[in-house]
Amino acid sequence: MIDFTLTENDKAQLARTRAEALICRKYAREYEEREELPPDELPERKEFLASVEVVPEPGPDDSPRPVMMALHAMGMYWGDYSIRLKQTGGGLGNAALTAAGTKEQQEKWGHLTLSMAITEPGCGSDPSMVQCTAELDGDEWVINGEKIFVTTGIRAQGAVIWATIDKSAGRAGIKSFLVERGTPGFEVPYKEKKLGIRSDDTAVYLFKDCRIPRENLLGLNEEIPKKSSGGFRGVMKTFNMTRPMTAAMGLGLAEAALDFTREQLEEAGFEIDYGAGLGTLPAAVEKFIRLEAIFEASVLDTLQCVWLAGQGKPNNMESSVCKAHAGSAVRVITQGCIEILGPMGASREHLLEKWMRDCRITDIYEGTGEIQRLIIARGMLEYTRAELS
Amino acid sequence: MISFGLSEEQEIVRDTLKEFADEAMRPIARDCDEEASIPQDFLDTVWELGLTSTQIPEEHGGGGESRSPVTNAILLEELGYGDASLAVAAMAPSAFANAIVDHGTEDQQKRLLPLFCTEKFHAASLAVAEPGAVFDALKPRTLAEPKGDGFVLSGVKSFVPLGDRASHFLVVAANGEGLDAFIVPREAGGLRISGPEKNLGLRGLTTVSLELERVEVPQADRLGGQAGCDVRNLLAGSRAALCAVMVGLSRGVVAECVPYAKDRVAFGEAIAKKQSIAFRLAEMHIETESMRWLTWKAASFVEKGLDAVKPAHLARSYAAEKCMWIADNGVQVFGGHGYIRDNPVEMWFRNARTLGVLEGMIGV
Repeated sequence: MIDFTLTENDKAQLARTRAEALICRKYAREYEEREELPPDELPERKEFLASVEVVPEPGPDDSPRPVMMALHAMGMYWGDYSIRLKQTGGGLGNAALTAAGTKEQQEKWGHLTLSMAITEPGCGSDPSMVQCTAELDGDEWVINGEKIFVTTGIRAQGAVIWATIDKSAGRAGIKSFLVERGTPGFEVPYKEKKLGIRSDDTAVYLFKDCRIPRENLLGLNEEIPKKSSGGFRGVMKTFNMTRPMTAAMGLGLAEAALDFTREQLEEAGFEIDYGAGLGTLPAAVEKFIRLEAIFEASVLDTLQCVWLAGQGKPNNMESSVCKAHAGSAVRVITQGCIEILGPMGASREHLLEKWMRDCRITDIYEGTGEIQRLIIARGMLEYTRAELS
Repeated sequence: MISFGLSEEQEIVRDTLKEFADEAMRPIARDCDEEASIPQDFLDTVWELGLTSTQIPEEHGGGGESRSPVTNAILLEELGYGDASLAVAAMAPSAFANAIVDHGTEDQQKRLLPLFCTEKFHAASLAVAEPGAVFDALKPRTLAEPKGDGFVLSGVKSFVPLGDRASHFLVVAANGEGLDAFIVPREAGGLRISGPEKNLGLRGLTTVSLELERVEVPQADRLGGQAGCDVRNLLAGSRAALCAVMVGLSRGVVAECVPYAKDRVAFGEAIAKKQSIAFRLAEMHIETESMRWLTWKAASFVEKGLDAVKPAHLARSYAAEKCMWIADNGVQVFGGHGYIRDNPVEMWFRNARTLGVLEGMIGV
């Protein structure tokens, strides 16, 4: 039955996440300026976790797990982006391992934090242009190439990388490999300097004749599919849960921006009356309510997408819809909040300007807004990649 | 528990109404618009579906199904996909009847609900909108002054659907402290009905204006009786209903644009293969989806008896803007053909602008 309310247990769980997120928010500015991840052992947080009552496990009448995952992600990022920490456990590479690795491979590496290295200096949205190569030499793959923008790249204990085993095969030649940190020839020369999400360790990877065992090919399938993109699809499957989660993360930041703006408006004496007609609302309030509507719309897209996942229903199209929508929504919302508050919004005295910079990544990583729109349009028009790109 | 799942019954309603929209609405929509009238046949056919009587209690002659604003939102989307004018005409009596079911006193229910449980289409309408600039539904200029045990209504209402044949009107007025809704029979003294109005969109639908010149209404005809009722939530339900029609309209635009864009060739390829068009279609799809969830949320708040003012306002603010944007771009995708009345997009463009500024009319 269609329902948009949370159960008492749902609320208790989310309240806990948000209380913890607020503690981490206190450290947000400090670690952003240091461009470092906060440590796990923030003293207050430790106390909080020790003091907090254990919330009962969700039951069959509570919201489905994927829905709660998205709401928890929103709650965490509502605290601040830098709350990421190790809370989320693995990196993107772990999702790829789960999607594409064999059972043995998952058992062997599942406990590691794994980054995902796809992007290269000359290849972003179109991964079929991957230049990084993997050549079979005896029982080893020899990896050569450069990867950039690797999220959690410094602290990851291993990386899932995309490399081509046959450049002439185009997309079909691309395979995923697992490379553990410390493997000779795998260097991490520096951390990227970014507009936002500065506490995140985004790294550059260099592979110079880096040798890994033959069994490190995820899925162990060395064949190059003749037709279109068999192997490639397996890799792309990763995104059906990660896209809505990325959307939820960005929306958490947007919600923080809206909450801050609402508080400031109210403090300045503006009443936010959802019943009032256009003729009676001050422009600042009217603008705020519009931003809130965009937020609400985007959150519901995301929840619908993860709800489908919980039902075991396909959500490929929806994952692009919610990611595309959140990507543009968070830009409009955070930039709009600063517009409403004026110079105050642009001051680094407050976190609002940081949230605007942080959430700008939402429309870029995990497939840009343009890529999502291509996927949606192809679905609507029943076009192949070749027909619409 | 958060869920986007339709009940089995809701799925049946959706599928039935989708078929009805394709077979009974879309084929006649253009003629209704051109002729500014809706055939009685259509109203009688729609009446047979029982959309109005189903949720009226059995004791008053109805189907006795529990009131479900969410189900109504789902079916209104399908009707809106069929045609906005016909959708509003089909559901205008429901808005009146459901207001009586939800807020009416026992006496009001007993007197009025049986009217909607007969075999022939029966019209009665909400009268909310007013002709003045920057209309605010929560601050109507129509006033209800207390007089003796009753009230005296003065003011002007516009966009009253099916006002040419409605037996009763539910008139929203300011009572000095807040809002009230009054049941006003067609033959009430001091009520002048003029029309049909000539409007930008929803041309098929006959709308009228009501001039209320000191219309006397007994306490018994104040909706909810002595206690009155929560008119804000009633208006929220109307907004959710209008949103549902806008979702359907938007979906119709997208469905029309996709085959056209694939078919229309310019500079050696289908225009759908150009990102400028393809991205616009993707955007239309995204917004249509969002509008639907916002609408469901507002309807679900009404259904659960929660304060629906905020979700309904957010849904309306969003849907009105995006539906207009979608219809506007629908015209653009069709280019010159979109400007010609042979194609439906120009009609949807006019309907989108009209729906987005209306209040009242229908409910969930």
